[in-house]
Amino acid sequence: MENKILKKVDYIFQESSINEIIDVVSKTLTKSPDDIILDIIDSGLKGRGGAGFPTGLKWKFTKNEDNPVKYVICNADEGEPGTFKDREILDTVAIKVLGGMTICGYSIGAKEGYIYLRGEYNFLLPKLNKIVDDFNKQLKSKGIDFNIFLKSGSGAYICGEESALFESMEGKRGEPRNKPPYPAVSGYNSKPTVINNVETLVYVTMICKMGVERFKELGTKDSRGSKVFSVSGDTPTPGIYELELGMPLADFIEDFGDGDTKAVQVGGASGHCVPRKHLKETIIGFEGIPTGGSMMIFNSTRSMYNVLHDYLEFFNEESCGQCTPCRVGCQQLLKGIESVKKGDRKPQYLDELKKLANTMKVAAKCGLGQSVANPFNSIVDNFREEIIY
Amino acid sequence: MSEYLVNLKINNIPVSVKEGTTILDAAKKLNFNVPTLCNHPDLSVAGNCRVCVVEVKGARLLAASCATPVSEGMEVLTNSEKVRTARKHVIELLLSEHNADCTKCFKNGHCELQDLASEYRIGDHVFIDLVKAKDKIADISSPSISKDDSKCIRCQRCVRTCDELQSVSALAVVKKGDHQKISTFMNKPLHEVVCTNCGQCINRCPTGALTERTYIEEVWKAINDPLKHVVVQTAPAVRIGLGEDLGYDPGERVTGKMVAALKHIGFDSVLDTDFTADLTIMEEGTELLTRLKKALVDGEKVALPMMTSCSPGWIKFQEHMFPDLLDNLSTCKSPQQMFGALAKTYYAKKKGIDPKNMVSVSIMPCTAKKFECGRPEMRDSGYQDVDYVLTTRELAMMVKQAGINFMKLEDEHYDSIMGNSTGAAVIFGATGGVMEAALRTAYEIVTGREVPFTNLNIMPLRGFEGVKEAKVMIKDVKPEWSFLEGAELSVAIAHGLHNANTLMKAVREGKANYHFIEVMGCPGGCLGGGGQPIPTSPEIRSKRAEAIYGEDEGLPLRKSHENPEVIQIYKDFLGEPLGHKSHDLLHTHYKPRIRY
Repeated sequence: MENKILKKVDYIFQESSINEIIDVVSKTLTKSPDDIILDIIDSGLKGRGGAGFPTGLKWKFTKNEDNPVKYVICNADEGEPGTFKDREILDTVAIKVLGGMTICGYSIGAKEGYIYLRGEYNFLLPKLNKIVDDFNKQLKSKGIDFNIFLKSGSGAYICGEESALFESMEGKRGEPRNKPPYPAVSGYNSKPTVINNVETLVYVTMICKMGVERFKELGTKDSRGSKVFSVSGDTPTPGIYELELGMPLADFIEDFGDGDTKAVQVGGASGHCVPRKHLKETIIGFEGIPTGGSMMIFNSTRSMYNVLHDYLEFFNEESCGQCTPCRVGCQQLLKGIESVKKGDRKPQYLDELKKLANTMKVAAKCGLGQSVANPFNSIVDNFREEIIY
Repeated sequence: MSEYLVNLKINNIPVSVKEGTTILDAAKKLNFNVPTLCNHPDLSVAGNCRVCVVEVKGARLLAASCATPVSEGMEVLTNSEKVRTARKHVIELLLSEHNADCTKCFKNGHCELQDLASEYRIGDHVFIDLVKAKDKIADISSPSISKDDSKCIRCQRCVRTCDELQSVSALAVVKKGDHQKISTFMNKPLHEVVCTNCGQCINRCPTGALTERTYIEEVWKAINDPLKHVVVQTAPAVRIGLGEDLGYDPGERVTGKMVAALKHIGFDSVLDTDFTADLTIMEEGTELLTRLKKALVDGEKVALPMMTSCSPGWIKFQEHMFPDLLDNLSTCKSPQQMFGALAKTYYAKKKGIDPKNMVSVSIMPCTAKKFECGRPEMRDSGYQDVDYVLTTRELAMMVKQAGINFMKLEDEHYDSIMGNSTGAAVIFGATGGVMEAALRTAYEIVTGREVPFTNLNIMPLRGFEGVKEAKVMIKDVKPEWSFLEGAELSVAIAHGLHNANTLMKAVREGKANYHFIEVMGCPGGCLGGGGQPIPTSPEIRSKRAEAIYGEDEGLPLRKSHENPEVIQIYKDFLGEPLGHKSHDLLHTHYKPRIRY
């Protein structure tokens, strides 16, 4: 494993003017769609929302669909606890997102793009509306047949799940759909759709701007490029940082921890909790723990019972309630650790709950229910005594 | 579905099925039963209960077999350890949020969750009881439907039924997470919302969350009261559905046994709603011809197309959704209510019974009838015309409670008067039946000849297509109907409120130039009514329809105007169709209702 040492880089937030980005787009659009998609595949770019699906493949599948109407959607429903990078991106370099959407639209054959903006980020709307208007006008003047629109969410975590997001955009209750069909075949309005995270789309623009080879120099074989991290918790330097992927968590904590780090929750509430003893062998990246960018650091003053309790309360509230494993499973996990804590149930009940979490992992309908086992098992396994006593 | 065949293995047995087939259906083909809860043959796929999960080799996740199409080379295991663990967990989770007071539940013995729990021997399950005390209080505001949230497993079959089949959406999913539930607009009680009382949700609820409001005890009490004369009427579709709850396969005609059972139970007079179905044809047919005359001869502005009014779910739907089209509804009461009004007047007089000592009970395939009998308009006899309405299912319960061995009963005949009927009345129970019965009579009244269809079977009006249309040429009419000479009578039929909604929108927009429209609120007509035995499916409804048409063909009289008791009642009591007395007892009016 080619472990990199922690390296801060600065691509995402480099300022770019609208003209610069329009130039990148215009130049890119002189290539054929297939060539662009090959470039993106070659770059090794994987989705930055957390799941890490290869972006180029997603585009290729959607391009291969024979349908006159297709869509590009930018998933800006950033709701994972501890993640606040997309807000910053949209606040400071939204133009790069629009560039990525346009390149995607051209590549897959879509004429419309939508940004689904988290309801709580509505304060960005006036600014974004203006940028999008200006950008659309520029595209028109360049003869590029692509239009971008903004849609506002209403604050449900589940609407960040791509198919629930489509339902919400269509004016329905935000509930995940059955898969297959996947968005590449049937997404928004049942049309072939590419849905990418905000940050992914920025990297598309950056790859087109700086070239595939430059991008590939960053990160590791399995985790190409850099990534924006939202650092919070017990750290003297909370904030947003762009770091190369593939570094050991220990290096990260060396730089960001307060010297008393007990555990790091990588990937938000739905991510994994890594205890101090495992920091060294844990790689941040697709070969280790993939993450949407949330890094929550806990020091020895924190109760991991409280941490898990908070996460479970969050999932209890944010489960759409549609499928049994998630709706009822979340309630059982929460009530379960409470009853163990109170002594109503024996500590061994935690093992029953872990089995339940494992069922949720394979039987829940969408990523929300499937990922509850991540924090549950990793916290219970590593901090069992804190849950019991 | 494509013709292309996909090869896969289920539990190591190869099978080829058409592309697009679900794993669930492919497994069925191999006779592997995979349990389901949220899945229903009448509804879109939800894939939310997760009880049908199966293992697909090489896949990280278990697949919901009801929602996952097969793919080439797939290897599926329906009962692996991984599957069994997940499935048991899902059942245990559902039980943990379910008020499992099974022995006291109305659906005891007819509950899909109970069946699963028993199949998987879920004993003292491990999880914490999550039932909220406030949910244990059922909403019994509706005279038709009881809604008990503590029994709800959120499969959303009712929500899909109310939306997809009925276009009513009185029930919807509200809130999320641990607060998610099935509720009404603003969480109002059922009787305050657009609910049409059709009961289709009850037919598809896997548990006891949605059930009919039951009046069995009230009826037993009346039967056992020596001072009361209890009259019972039975709707056309009950006789072809009842058997399903008493040991027969769907499609069994049990008319004679049903009559015998009602007499054993102790009803004082066992009569037939079919009698007033025939009467409805006389009244409604005359009303149609009168409207046509007014329009064609007198140049009066009358509401056309005229629409049938037998189905109280449909009537309430129209009152909520199309209040602007209420004049198009026939003013005829439903056969149940015509019967009720005549029972406490005509029948009471003929039999020398004081109507105040009479209790009028009807057995209906319907839950909306429970609402209808309480409408303030339905007291023209001077009393509440129909006192209690029981569903087909409730009658089956009474038969069992009375200790009757139904299958061993000898056939018996309805009492007289108001017990005689024709085949035309029986087919009221199937979608298109009222139209067929009306045409058999109206055509003959106008032309003096039988309808020009082999053996009186007007085939274009039959079948389960959502909206059916037909045209009948009227030629060589009797002199008094000369204004109809050469006219082409155009009719349409819709069943299920979703189809009715489509048709009514066309009428409202002036795009539907029909003279007469039959609407039945439930899919398939009354044979698929909300009070019929559970389960229901397109196959079951087809078998019930075959039984109905079989019953029609087996009867000596098959035209309403030939019913001797109908001829008699006009002679003795009513005078003529649409006459003064008819107007007082057999016709009604409607009221606009708001949508929210």
